[in-house]
Amino acid sequence: METILELEDYKVYYKTLSGYVRAVDGVSFTIKKGEIVGLIGESGCGKSTLIMSLVIRKPPMIVMGGKARLKSIDLVNISEKERRRILLTKISIIPQYALDALPTIKKIKTFLKDIAKDKGVPEEEVLEKFIERARIIGLPSEVVNMYPIELSGGMRQRVVITLATIFSPDLLIADEPTSALDVTTQRHVLELLAELRDTGIIGSLIFVTHDIASVRQIADKIIVMYAGKVVEIGETEDIVTDPKHPYTRKLIEAVPKLGINYKKKRLSGLPGSPPSLLNPPPGCRFHPRCPLVMATCKTREPPLKPLNGTRLVACWLYDQSKGEQS
Amino acid sequence: MRRQDTIVLRDLTKVFSLGLLGRKKIIAVDRVNLEIRSGEILNILGESGSGKSTIAKMVLRLLRPTKGEILFNNTNIWRMTKWKDIKEYYRRVQGVFQDPYSSFNPRRRVLDVLYDTLYNYFPEYREDKVSAKKYIAEALESVGLNINDIEGKYSHQLSGGQLQRASIARALLPKPSFIVADEPVSMVDASTRIDILNIFIDLKEEYGVSPIIIGHDYSLAYYASDRIVVLYKGQIVEEGPPEVLEDPAHPYTRLLKESVPLIDRKWSKKLEYSIGDIEVSRRGKGCIFADRCPFKKPICEQKEPPVINLGKSKVKCWLYASK
Repeated sequence: METILELEDYKVYYKTLSGYVRAVDGVSFTIKKGEIVGLIGESGCGKSTLIMSLVIRKPPMIVMGGKARLKSIDLVNISEKERRRILLTKISIIPQYALDALPTIKKIKTFLKDIAKDKGVPEEEVLEKFIERARIIGLPSEVVNMYPIELSGGMRQRVVITLATIFSPDLLIADEPTSALDVTTQRHVLELLAELRDTGIIGSLIFVTHDIASVRQIADKIIVMYAGKVVEIGETEDIVTDPKHPYTRKLIEAVPKLGINYKKKRLSGLPGSPPSLLNPPPGCRFHPRCPLVMATCKTREPPLKPLNGTRLVACWLYDQSKGEQS
Repeated sequence: MRRQDTIVLRDLTKVFSLGLLGRKKIIAVDRVNLEIRSGEILNILGESGSGKSTIAKMVLRLLRPTKGEILFNNTNIWRMTKWKDIKEYYRRVQGVFQDPYSSFNPRRRVLDVLYDTLYNYFPEYREDKVSAKKYIAEALESVGLNINDIEGKYSHQLSGGQLQRASIARALLPKPSFIVADEPVSMVDASTRIDILNIFIDLKEEYGVSPIIIGHDYSLAYYASDRIVVLYKGQIVEEGPPEVLEDPAHPYTRLLKESVPLIDRKWSKKLEYSIGDIEVSRRGKGCIFADRCPFKKPICEQKEPPVINLGKSKVKCWLYASK
């Protein structure tokens, strides 16, 4: 299968007065055509920095090294002009708080005209395409003549999704696309994203969230990030039913299943919070919070290594020399 | 022996007027009847626009109801005239809100805000700083915080989870009977939500404070509750023990159950409900859910359904009227 996105030892730092914040620190993974990939982790783990750096790069954000390729386009050494050109057409993003991403004083139509101008495409063509896509997405065509403020949250979200996919990008990135929505609308939006992939409107999807339960519904693959590093990659079903990395395990345990009441069973979350990336802990970055910490973890950083089949884990518990620990 | 307190909502209604002349009316809360007793965790479950936050504000005496009444130990809280009684009510019914960063003044140290609250309700501590510090340290400890960790810090220097704990500690200082928590975990990281809810459970079990938790998360509501109230467009559609969420009777609760992403279940069949944005759907004279309900009968659009007692739970739906 065709590779859409390839990252290799990709590093994105923030320059601050007290030094570099290593928000994304040596991340490698690939996304194939047609895949829906869930990128999960707590807030402050670098997931938003990672995806934003692929789309837009503003100081103090600096790409420090590594490779990032979108098909044949080198995203690390790309010119600003070229980046603008590929935005929406090759790579597109549904930003967090997309509900507020639309300018309130512009009609959707005016906004579409701006896009047409920016892309050098005839206005009618963009308008026509928007209406056609809107129909698939379940929006009435009247929305083009409306102001965002007249639309409900779910409808605004769908408008943003329509806008983001209007030029059928190879890669769509959705940053917490459902967290501001109602439960019943959430399901529609998630199913819609999967449908966009199924019908080939978008090539692949990266779905960024801290809600594993919603990733589970549509993702083929899950990438778990912690403190700027990838700690585990695997097929969705494998990760959810048999998480290997202690961090992934804790994340999944912290999400209650239906049918558990506190009187029957007390659950516990993950104590502590992610480390400061200005000065991350040595060795495995998860070691200060890890319930299974060993001496090696405090000094040596575990590499991301394959473990039976499609799974990749960065944890000394599974070091080949020691074999799998149960 | 613990004191028994009750809050009774009787036909509680709130209508907001919109537009220049206030012609457009929005019924946010529609004749809600509910009895809240101390010694239980009540969870009010609803989506945005269900009126759950409006109920919270009215119970906290921050918003005046349009109709109906709120009785605290048989006294109407909006009929209280003496400031002493009103202040006593505020002391007994405290609030915790969704965004802890907007609950604390960013220009003041978190600990100073806590001292203010303490002095406000118990001025005698002003004279005894040592006891005051001990009192606050204990409150912080009961929510899993150490006073030394927040000493001298401003709200932006704490994580969302830490600050939400501090705001629960603040609410505990006046020794309340009830804590109304409006979406207390929706802005906290998924990995720490359970711990915050555990605090409310501990408060009930160990300190006799009764939490009223308001939220939209289905499985979290199941986890942290003794009784559940499901709210849709300002009306209670279903009420009962947490188990009602496993096998809901009302079609709306069933829709919620179908829609929530659960970690141990993958959505299978297509949803049979229509996309309905709660804010834009109409309100007829019949059942408020009729326009989205797949089990709709002619009567549902003509007449408001009665509240039907199913034994363990109550449901407001015509489907159960003959039983």
